[in-house]
Amino acid sequence: MTFETIDLKTKLITDFHARESVMNGEAKSAFHQKKRAALAQFDTLGFPTIQNEEWKYSNVRDLISASYNFNTSDTLSAEDLVDLKMPEQAANILYFVNGHYNAALSTMVSSTDQIIIDSLQNAYKNNPELVNSYFDELVKDDTDAFTSLNTAFAHDGVFIHIPDNKTVEHPVILRFVSDARQENIGSQPRNIIAVGKNAHVKIAEAFRTIGEQRSFTNVVTEINVGEEAGVEYYKVQNESENAYHIGTTQVRMLEKSHFYAATVTLNGKFTRNNLNIVIDGEHCEAYMYGLYFPDGSQHVDNHTVADHRKPNSESNELYKGILRDRSKGVFNGKIFVRPDAQKTNAFQSCKNIVLSTDATMYTKPQLEIFADDVKCSHGTTTGQIDEEALFYMRSRGISKPEAMSLLMFAFCADVVSQIKIDSIREYLENVIAEKLSRS
Amino acid sequence: MFALHGVGNFHIRPKLTTFAVNLPRTTYTSINLVMLSINGLRASIEGKEILKGINLGIKPGEVHAIMGPNGSGKSTLASVLAGREEYEVTGGSVTFNGIDLLELAAEERAAEGIFLAFQYPVEIPGVTTINFLKTAVNEIRKYNGEEPLDAARFLKMVREKAKLVSMNDSLLKRALNEGFSGGEKKRNEIFQMAVLEPKLAILDETDSGLDIDALRIVAEGVNSLRSPDRSAIVVTHYQRLLDYIVPDFVHVLYKGRIVKSGGKELAFELEEKGYDWIKAEVEAAEVNQ
Ligand SMILES: Nc1ncnc2c1ncn2[C@@H]1O[C@H](COP(=O)(O)OP(=O)(O)OP(=O)(O)O)[C@@H](O)[C@H]1O
Ligand SMILES: [Mg+2]
Repeated sequence: MTFETIDLKTKLITDFHARESVMNGEAKSAFHQKKRAALAQFDTLGFPTIQNEEWKYSNVRDLISASYNFNTSDTLSAEDLVDLKMPEQAANILYFVNGHYNAALSTMVSSTDQIIIDSLQNAYKNNPELVNSYFDELVKDDTDAFTSLNTAFAHDGVFIHIPDNKTVEHPVILRFVSDARQENIGSQPRNIIAVGKNAHVKIAEAFRTIGEQRSFTNVVTEINVGEEAGVEYYKVQNESENAYHIGTTQVRMLEKSHFYAATVTLNGKFTRNNLNIVIDGEHCEAYMYGLYFPDGSQHVDNHTVADHRKPNSESNELYKGILRDRSKGVFNGKIFVRPDAQKTNAFQSCKNIVLSTDATMYTKPQLEIFADDVKCSHGTTTGQIDEEALFYMRSRGISKPEAMSLLMFAFCADVVSQIKIDSIREYLENVIAEKLSRS
Repeated sequence: MFALHGVGNFHIRPKLTTFAVNLPRTTYTSINLVMLSINGLRASIEGKEILKGINLGIKPGEVHAIMGPNGSGKSTLASVLAGREEYEVTGGSVTFNGIDLLELAAEERAAEGIFLAFQYPVEIPGVTTINFLKTAVNEIRKYNGEEPLDAARFLKMVREKAKLVSMNDSLLKRALNEGFSGGEKKRNEIFQMAVLEPKLAILDETDSGLDIDALRIVAEGVNSLRSPDRSAIVVTHYQRLLDYIVPDFVHVLYKGRIVKSGGKELAFELEEKGYDWIKAEVEAAEVNQ
């Protein structure tokens, strides 16, 4: 195993140097220097093992035991996407195939005075200073090997800039499709979202796979939420049985801003989501919702951080999971309340229904509170479906499977109803209803 | 299975005869006139026997009241009839309109026309009362080979029934029983009963927690369903309810058996004298064995 581990790591490092050697002056840019530093960090850290406390229940051995082609793009046409259709909605829809922006498949509806939106690659070409001013700024202190790896290889993804006082009427939907029909595909999209003062936007990231080979997605999204801004951010994963997904979303909130996140994992072999929110202003409100639904031998791990650095802000977190078969779920929710962050309200809850004796849920709330005038609470529940409720429904003539599916749909609804992009919410309702009818 | 039942019945036979004297005549009428026939029913939970040989026959159109001290097994009987799986039936039989009821799942019993109004209605977050009922109505229709009701007809029917039990429309749109007051929950049970129009309604202490007006409304709801082919079992601690829903028979359940049966005057007697005299009778009978 060790041999194979070194193999993917060495391959990636070699690949990096090969790319660097064909760069011209760009290799000296500040942008590239950040990548170099990240590569050095990745080299030092190596892929995490389960000895690493943050990866205790999530073993990446299987993920890194294969090789992946990271260098493909444009392999998809509109016809290939027919099966991935979502309900129609007027939205800015951007496609990324194997991590690379595909202009032909994408549609933009919002005007450019409301939103600057482009692929990271184009944005950097057109305005390197602006892009570089945001790139890596939020995650540079991250000690996660996958984040470093993403930074080192950051090449494409989305760059979104919302000017001050603009409300983007139409949502932004980023669709990441891995085309794993021919071979194992790797992709490392890097998204940068900068929302100006008092600006508002709804953004979704949707991840899909085509084909039976492996896909390995290692995505990083950096979101800057300006003063008084409002951002709704949804991450939806409905990938294949051979999809490995590691993602970090790093958020920084300034004074009086609102940030809503919902992370929904419907399908995928191995998923690890990190959602880290730094609340760096007063009177902020952060909401984190999560829903996961693994079956078979799928693995879903959600790590979240609410880092309260300033007083008078609030964070609310609700993660819910339904686990079937031999699946495994992990929830680790950290709440930091720094000494300055008096009058913080921080609430966290993780509720799980485990439908099979072979399924396992690991939950770990982690509160570190250094201020004395705060309100914090956390709670986790892991149980079976409520038997009382089930009998009540059956006594009214509702069959057991139908009653179970109504109860589970209701369980999911707490999270799904938070999603304010209609087409995404409808899509989720449909997929969830369909998944439930299979139980 | 049969052998086990046989052993159980044999074991209890001497005790049963002691009480048979008090049983209503309906128990002995021919099977095809009886809607519900319970014979020697025994049930346990977690290894503890709660029902110790219940005999009861109910003919179409009859209302039977069941009274008895706390913990005597009234709710257990109701639950076993409705098909709660936690209870293990260890002996006896139950026939409903000629069908072996114990063979059916809870939802099949509901579709056959049994309805249980819960002593403690369950709160179900995320499922609206209206959506829940629509699913129930259509599942029952499916079971009986009928087409689902279209939304318009369903709504019209539901509105009428809601009016019948003075149930506020706004409750219908809320999550089922979630945050309902005690009285609202009970009213919701009767409302559901009115919608589902069961052949046999089992009301488990639907009167407790109701104010006088609500009690009257609930009773009117029950009475409006009374017909020559519908029956009811009304579990209550209070004679008061029986002023409104006048029973044909009153039974006293004690320690898992029906130890006394009579007409509606028995309820007055119990209200006046309590249960001590009945307990004494039972204890005396046990000593005599
Ligand atoms: N799940 C259970 N586990 C153990 N014992 C139980 C369980 N459910 C009921 N019992 C016991 O069975 C007995 C009968 O309970 P039941 O609820 O049927 O009484 P009841 O006649 O309805 O009483 P009440 O008038 O208070 O409603 C009680 O002693 C009760 O504690
Ligand atoms: Mg009871």
